[in-house]
Amino acid sequence: MNDSLPSMLTRRDFLARGGALVVSFSLAPAVLNAAEPQNIGVQPKPAPALPGSLKSAPMLDSWIRIDADGKITVFTGKAELGQGIRTALLQVAAEELVVDPRTITLVTADTGRTPNEGYTAGSQSMQDSATAILHASAQVRAILVGLASQRLNVPPADLTAHLGVIRAKDGRSMHYGQLVTGETLHVNASPESALRDPKTTRGVIGKSMHRVDIPAKVTGGAIYVQDLRLPTMVHARVVRPPSYGARLVSVANSKLGSMPGVLKIVRDGNYLAVIAEREYQAVVAMRALAGSAKWEERAALPPPGDPYGYFQRLPSDDAVNLGGPAETAIGSGTISATYRRPYLMHASIGPSCAVGLLQDGVVTVWSHTQGVYPLRDAIAEMLRTPADRVRVIHMEGSGCYGQNGADDAGADAALLASALPGRPVRVQWMREDEHTWEPYGSMMISTARAKLDAGKIVEWQYDLWSNTHNLRPGPAGNLVTAQYLEQPFGPAAPKELPLPNGGGNRNAIPIYTLPNPRVVDHFIPQMPLRVSALRGLGAYHNVFSIESFMDELAFAAKIDPVEFRLRHLDDTRARDVIAACAERFGWNRFQKQRGRGRGFGFARYKNHASYLAIAIEIEVDRESGLIRPIRAVAAIDSGEAVNPDGIRNQTEGGILQSLSWSLYESVSFDTTRITSRDWSTYPILRFSNVPEAIDVHIISRPGSPFLGAGEAAQGPTAAALSNAVADALGVRLRELPFTRARVRAAIAV
Amino acid sequence: MINLDVNGKTYQVDADPSTPLLYVLRDHLQLNGAKFGCGLGQCGACTVSVDGRAVFSCITPIAALPGRKIRTIEGLGTVENPGPVQRAFIEEQAAQCGYCIPGMMMRAQALLDANPSPSKAEIRRHMNTNLCRCGTHMRILRAVERAAGLMRESGKGGNGR
Repeated sequence: MNDSLPSMLTRRDFLARGGALVVSFSLAPAVLNAAEPQNIGVQPKPAPALPGSLKSAPMLDSWIRIDADGKITVFTGKAELGQGIRTALLQVAAEELVVDPRTITLVTADTGRTPNEGYTAGSQSMQDSATAILHASAQVRAILVGLASQRLNVPPADLTAHLGVIRAKDGRSMHYGQLVTGETLHVNASPESALRDPKTTRGVIGKSMHRVDIPAKVTGGAIYVQDLRLPTMVHARVVRPPSYGARLVSVANSKLGSMPGVLKIVRDGNYLAVIAEREYQAVVAMRALAGSAKWEERAALPPPGDPYGYFQRLPSDDAVNLGGPAETAIGSGTISATYRRPYLMHASIGPSCAVGLLQDGVVTVWSHTQGVYPLRDAIAEMLRTPADRVRVIHMEGSGCYGQNGADDAGADAALLASALPGRPVRVQWMREDEHTWEPYGSMMISTARAKLDAGKIVEWQYDLWSNTHNLRPGPAGNLVTAQYLEQPFGPAAPKELPLPNGGGNRNAIPIYTLPNPRVVDHFIPQMPLRVSALRGLGAYHNVFSIESFMDELAFAAKIDPVEFRLRHLDDTRARDVIAACAERFGWNRFQKQRGRGRGFGFARYKNHASYLAIAIEIEVDRESGLIRPIRAVAAIDSGEAVNPDGIRNQTEGGILQSLSWSLYESVSFDTTRITSRDWSTYPILRFSNVPEAIDVHIISRPGSPFLGAGEAAQGPTAAALSNAVADALGVRLRELPFTRARVRAAIAV
Repeated sequence: MINLDVNGKTYQVDADPSTPLLYVLRDHLQLNGAKFGCGLGQCGACTVSVDGRAVFSCITPIAALPGRKIRTIEGLGTVENPGPVQRAFIEEQAAQCGYCIPGMMMRAQALLDANPSPSKAEIRRHMNTNLCRCGTHMRILRAVERAAGLMRESGKGGNGR
């Protein structure tokens, strides 16, 4: 826990105290501010054509430090979220530094120590951070070889770097630490690096490596922010309002102060919390406090009946993402379908948690946020203090899959720590806090229309309706904590995220080669429920829609759905994953059994990242309506594969999570309150209904850019499931999730 | 004061008898293994073994526990010397975020203590209580099977190490 000492340690202090030979602060503030946070849509600075996140943090010593004893430390602004990024980044650094990855120390997202890489989101960590570290490592190695060349008086070409030692042919050698002095690595990165040949020299990249974080996770190590115990730490619980916008009328807390262990009751406007010595004392006091609080609620949620109709009738800002201003002339013979998805929650198994400490005028927050720098800025704004008086240090939490309550819990910790200076305050959300207050993935609706001629699509129009998929901090007003204070902060105006990544319209533009395509994004600013980023953003729904519709068109054209896709695809890597998936699934040899069906789905995530194709076989019990996934086969091309088992793990996870969303999940609410409050009111996938087998085939492309794998499976899996259901039932379901009741209703029709 | 036997050691705990075991394990004994997930006995992240049976520590008051043997993943082995269930989860890389995994491991341990050779169907049925959100299910099922094999090999049955 030495890395997390509860004092404000700046990067400069750290480097100076750490005895490192690299001494300067290497992140120019101007560059920091110009960093490109993921999912915010700030365009990258055009100036330096540097690889990955070197664009925003161009000094090599922002990324790599070598001590006199040869010990290597690598810095990343990205965070481990359970996706295995820590291991993959170590592999990338080790490959180009030619060392054993287990000898490298990796420091992750910390506003006091690491580069600002925005959010760990959008499957961008490999593109952004791994690319930066790959090149920085190669350039550091080149510098070291150059220095050794001078010291040993041998041409660089006659030197080899291996396991931290540079050796001449005559046997003389120097280790890396002997070569680094003063500001050796305090230099700007170059646009070009002498990378090792990916075809011939790969030692670490491309080989499955056991995740470095797993041993501690299975033995009770202090890994998660929930496990952080600082000396004199106390425990807090927040009494959240019973519904959005509720006003705290009164609270009878006179007796609560004398409850065992209670140190402080904090009220600030409609914000109410309690701090106690022991954790369970805080829970008991929170319940008593909640019981004594009177709230004025308002019925601000959609009326019962038809939530999709209500949503679609809200005012929208319409943008034509593709095609001309006029509607595509689709007349007779047009095939049309409308698809719907409900609000979905991240539903982390561990509710959000954070620890805050106010000491010497600086607030330090340990948080499982996806973006330490944006959260730091939001907290500083909320506390009305300069950003350099706030430090945010990432520690792992339970998997988040987007923006869950992490940032809000971080804000709680900052606020409550400010109320009890000098003592670390740990805030743990309760289950119902997470279920009812996390920002959900937006409800979405889409309508696809197309016309066929001779087995090909000749017209295509796609309209989608969605809320924003990004209300992350940055602005304090995006923190639920800040919205309920006496002097509240209002949420920022929601905006659609710009293409090519997009938000609600992520993957709304079809990757297929189509004549006359038109795509219209109906962006709905008004948000009946709190929403923000959920794994895949709009891609989950858009790929579900487009790929379901492709099957509907293939059916109308009487063409095999895999063949139909290939007829409209020119991209060879797309064709490769489709062919590999179909082959391994046995698509052309498939024998349909009674009650079963198969379905196919494909997408290139964001139309510029990983390619993924998936085929699923299911069984439907017509009596109960239960859909049982039998097996899934996927093929993924995420560029050069760094840790193949890591990609497999992420892809299996994406498939199962998407099956869970698509079979079971929907946030429920009445006109006032969220009614999905726990696991009984928001059921998710269990062991009883996971497939018998999931086979993930990786197509690696050595030397080609890393594309990231975390979100590639969400959309294609939903589509493959939908197509399998249609194949099994002969009836198509177009509204998620495919619950037993919906299946039974569809068959009865 | 309540005496609790945790992982073979006896602890005197100064907490209200109604306190759920989970809070005592985490806050008083500073054990990280059992996790807070729901506090409702719905998700299994807090699962520990009590007299060999899988129990939700988040809803089990310590008043019910004197004289019983409580076991957490800290009692299964260490990073340096992992027990069979821990080794199996590492070898199968059966974790993503890993937050649910200690609960999964203790539920698996309880199964293997009672039945050293469970079938695939028995493993699924037994593990059905616990929730995983990352979608690590396939690996968890494989890890439980592997753990059974490791235990049988070592001939130590359900002793866990």
